[in-house]
Amino acid sequence: MGRFLLRRFGLALVTLWLLSIIVFVAAHVFPGDVGRRILGPFADPAAVASLNHQLGTDQPILSQYWSWLSGAVTGHLGTSLNYRDSVASLLGRAIGNSAKLGVVAFVLVVPLGILGGIVAALNRDRFLDRFITVAGLSAAVIPEFVWAIVVIILFGVVLRVLPVTAQAPEGSGVLTQLEYLILPAIALVLVLFGYIARITRAGMIEALDADYTRTAALKGLSWATVIRRHVLRNALLPTVAVVASQTGYLIGGLVVIELIFNYPGIGYLLFTAAQKKDFPLLQGGVMFVGLVYLTATLLADIAYSLLNPRIRYGSAE
Amino acid sequence: MDSSKASNAGIARSVPPASVGEVRDSVLEVDDFRLAFQVRGRDRNAIRGVSFSVGRNDSYGLVGESGCGKSTVALAIVKYLPRNAHIQSGAIRVNGADVFQMGNAELRRLRATTVSMVYQNPGAALNPAIRVGDQVAETFRVSGSHRAEALARARAMLVKVQISDPDGVMRRYPHQLSGGMQQRVVIAMALAHNPALLILDEPTTGLDATVEAEVLDLIVALRKEFGISILLISHNLGLVARMCRRIGVLYAGRLVEEGSSDAVLSDPRHPYTVGLLRAVPRWGTSKSHGLLDTIPGLPPAIGANIPGCVFADRCGLVQDICQQQEPQLFELDGGRTSRCFFHEKAHLLPTVEAGPKIASRALAVGAPLVRVEHLSKTFRQDGHPVKGVVDVSLSIRPGEALGLVGESGSGKTTLARVLLGLTPPDAGATIDIEGKALRPQISDRPDDQIRALQMVFQNPGGSLNRRHSVRRIIGRALTRLIGLAGRAREQRILELAQSVRLDRALLDLWPVQLSGGLKQRVAIARAFAGEPRLVIADEPTSALDVSVQAAILNLLVKLQADKGVTYLFISHDLGVVRYLSDRIAVLYLGRLMEVGDAETVFQGPHHPYTEALLSAAPILKGETRERIRLHGEIPNASAPPSGCVFHTRCPRFIGDICVKEEPPLAEQEPGHFIRCHHPIEELRRMQRPAPAPATVPGEPSR
Ligand SMILES: Nc1ncnc2c1ncn2[C@@H]1O[C@H](COP(=O)(O)OP(=O)(O)OP(=O)(O)O)[C@@H](O)[C@H]1O
Ligand code: SF4
Ligand code: SF4
Ligand SMILES: [Mg+2]
Repeated sequence: MGRFLLRRFGLALVTLWLLSIIVFVAAHVFPGDVGRRILGPFADPAAVASLNHQLGTDQPILSQYWSWLSGAVTGHLGTSLNYRDSVASLLGRAIGNSAKLGVVAFVLVVPLGILGGIVAALNRDRFLDRFITVAGLSAAVIPEFVWAIVVIILFGVVLRVLPVTAQAPEGSGVLTQLEYLILPAIALVLVLFGYIARITRAGMIEALDADYTRTAALKGLSWATVIRRHVLRNALLPTVAVVASQTGYLIGGLVVIELIFNYPGIGYLLFTAAQKKDFPLLQGGVMFVGLVYLTATLLADIAYSLLNPRIRYGSAE
Repeated sequence: MDSSKASNAGIARSVPPASVGEVRDSVLEVDDFRLAFQVRGRDRNAIRGVSFSVGRNDSYGLVGESGCGKSTVALAIVKYLPRNAHIQSGAIRVNGADVFQMGNAELRRLRATTVSMVYQNPGAALNPAIRVGDQVAETFRVSGSHRAEALARARAMLVKVQISDPDGVMRRYPHQLSGGMQQRVVIAMALAHNPALLILDEPTTGLDATVEAEVLDLIVALRKEFGISILLISHNLGLVARMCRRIGVLYAGRLVEEGSSDAVLSDPRHPYTVGLLRAVPRWGTSKSHGLLDTIPGLPPAIGANIPGCVFADRCGLVQDICQQQEPQLFELDGGRTSRCFFHEKAHLLPTVEAGPKIASRALAVGAPLVRVEHLSKTFRQDGHPVKGVVDVSLSIRPGEALGLVGESGSGKTTLARVLLGLTPPDAGATIDIEGKALRPQISDRPDDQIRALQMVFQNPGGSLNRRHSVRRIIGRALTRLIGLAGRAREQRILELAQSVRLDRALLDLWPVQLSGGLKQRVAIARAFAGEPRLVIADEPTSALDVSVQAAILNLLVKLQADKGVTYLFISHDLGVVRYLSDRIAVLYLGRLMEVGDAETVFQGPHHPYTEALLSAAPILKGETRERIRLHGEIPNASAPPSGCVFHTRCPRFIGDICVKEEPPLAEQEPGHFIRCHHPIEELRRMQRPAPAPATVPGEPSR
């Protein structure tokens, strides 16, 4: 297994490196004269040159890349052009916020989705199964921003039970913060529930139909024990992989949700950075999101191989 | 309807005649059982009234071709049926209690303690995520043992099924065991509570013959020890006959014949049984004894409305009455029954494939078609070299069929792939075809060499493009191999279809619409598209039913006679290899152990490994050879034993010399090569048939 994980880790590093090249090229090569962009078309050429020198953008491209990369690896991501603050600390704050929202959404959707999938599989082809499958799929095809607006109108405007912004007032306690996060989280849950339920259902059905499940039932075990001991473990294996792959999706969804709820998370920050052409911030942000995504996938691989002895121990031959 | 409505009559019928001297009570009674599957909203009957019973301490075999309902009957006994199954009528009683009337608790008790089941593919029957020890122990925990006690009992059970390293096996996961070991573990679980009835559904299908023989021996031994009744389900008549006292032949969800194994096999009274028996090459016969007989057509689909005899569509003895009225169950002498109006003349069933005898082509003359010298193939696995094929030198003569045998992992398929250019051999090998060197990679081979070597695979479905019609599949091969197009191609497609007996109407169908046998015909037509010189057939019939297998073997034989093609034929079924091959080569751990004429290799003296392989093959009747068994597993190819690689399992082991020195593949008789330190005379002396025992060994005692 060590070999397998090592390979995965190496692959993640390579992916990250490729991402850094793409990001760098996008941010440094395409914009052209950075100093000119910042100071505007009518600025004094001397001022432009001096700013370029100060930013290092007059250096050869490879050495720029090198100094940016070595900075990024040690956590020095430069200074935001827009906020005049260090990119690292801006990202740090935004990520803290996004993580809160992401965790709330995940904590809600993963158990719900798995439960939905299990219930659907155990009632295969009956009403409950059809209902969960259809509802989950319909919810998933509707984009986040529509859901966000629907839940805002429903809970915030019509029912008036939950706040319509996501950011709790300064210094509020954990519970209040949670209350503020519920609406945006629900919008994410609605989008992700169907996927997780569907994968869980497929895994469950495969395990329910497997010979080993029959073996277990024919030992005289009760059906509940068969499900618990023999079906679930094998069925949840693919779910782990899917949940991790949804991390990327969640991050994409976060951008939209954070904008609508006016929530200062990483999505919001990246969006403004792109709008304002704040390249250092954009680069740092994208790299960071890439890192989070790859780490999640790697963790999922580890969880998957821990659950699956076939990977953990290799085969008989 | 038959007499089985009254349950007593049902029992009485399958009790053997007075000669047995006692009336047995039954463990299992299946009484006019009918079942349908709901497909697209309609009930389609699959089991059309089946009645039989299994006595205490008795062994009953259920045979029949794929899809006739064997597994469905087995699963009904433990009431573990597919969700769309619908029991229509009848009863199944175990120890007198009706399974269909049982509540959940009762059913669980039945499964835990009274009836156990072992089925095909032991790898799938074990939970991949749970250690073997825990899985076996679970069987005991059901009955209330606590963990430590359950584990101890599990260990004892593994010892009972002759697992030599029980502690090691307990700690492992199923995928870390070989197929034979996995099946032992499944059997251990099945026997944990000393059940009254053990159901074995194709327990050895997919295992090597040597492993199969060991597993069957184990079942026989355990049956004696525990006094369990068995219901053995198989498509293999020989296997069932060897293991069971009584046999029932199932066809289209109907039991068509029943009786003692000996009687049914030696004197079948139903045309279907006659057809099944004739379709299997008799032990030691070859194509020179004539073509095999087949059963034309296909079994009826589930849900088909059959007013008369279920076999009428395929029966050579059919009369008008058979179409109109279902034959009743005729009770015959010796406690047998047959569901055929003309049971007295079942043996007169006309043969379907009356063909000329095909002479065995032992053409020793002339240059070989293919010459292989010093062929080795080393794979790398986790950084270790694994030798798949080791220094094989072999020639294949034009027009002959060379059979390649050996257990799984012996290198048969690797050798075939190297010849086809799908895997390059190690440096130093030479392969010639008609005197010209054959390039190692198929992409480097000139067109005529690609055309010369074609392949037919085991899984006919997998090798055909699902998105092309049959016509297109064959047409593309014609274009690719010999550049035919337009009318000429169309003409050739029809000729090929004709030569593989494929109806023209089938050309416009897609592979999914064809049965396994028809798909294999398409694959064969495709292989013959470019007039090949050598056709490599890798287990071409092992996924097929015996009647279909017979038709495919006949086709291969006829094509060989017509076109003078050469075959390299790979199969684990020695009877089939013997039937088709002119010469046989035996592989073990990638090394050639014996090469010679088919008849010589079968007659002996043989290499000790060949001897063991032959001994493991199930045989119908009248066997006189001493049975030897191979113990232990095939050694890992990455660390082969020293000296003679077979020495770890050899039943004729000599001593030090076998451990230290690898014997050469020596020509011990003209044309007969054996790799063993024993001189051939010594082998001949040791392998002389023992005086014929009265009964077939391995058969349960009466
Ligand atoms: N769940 C199901 N739905 C519909 N048809 C089914 C179902 N299960 C089995 N069948 C059909 O019922 C018939 C009997 O199947 P069964 O598996 O009992 O045959 P079998 O004799 O065990 O065959 P094999 O030798 O291939 O194992 C077949 O025609 C099969 O296709
Ligand atoms: S009853 Fe008629 S059709 Fe049926 S097996 Fe007998 S002879 Fe053939
Ligand atoms: S050389 Fe020795 S070990 Fe090898 S087959 Fe002959 S007797 Fe057996
Ligand atoms: Mg079956």
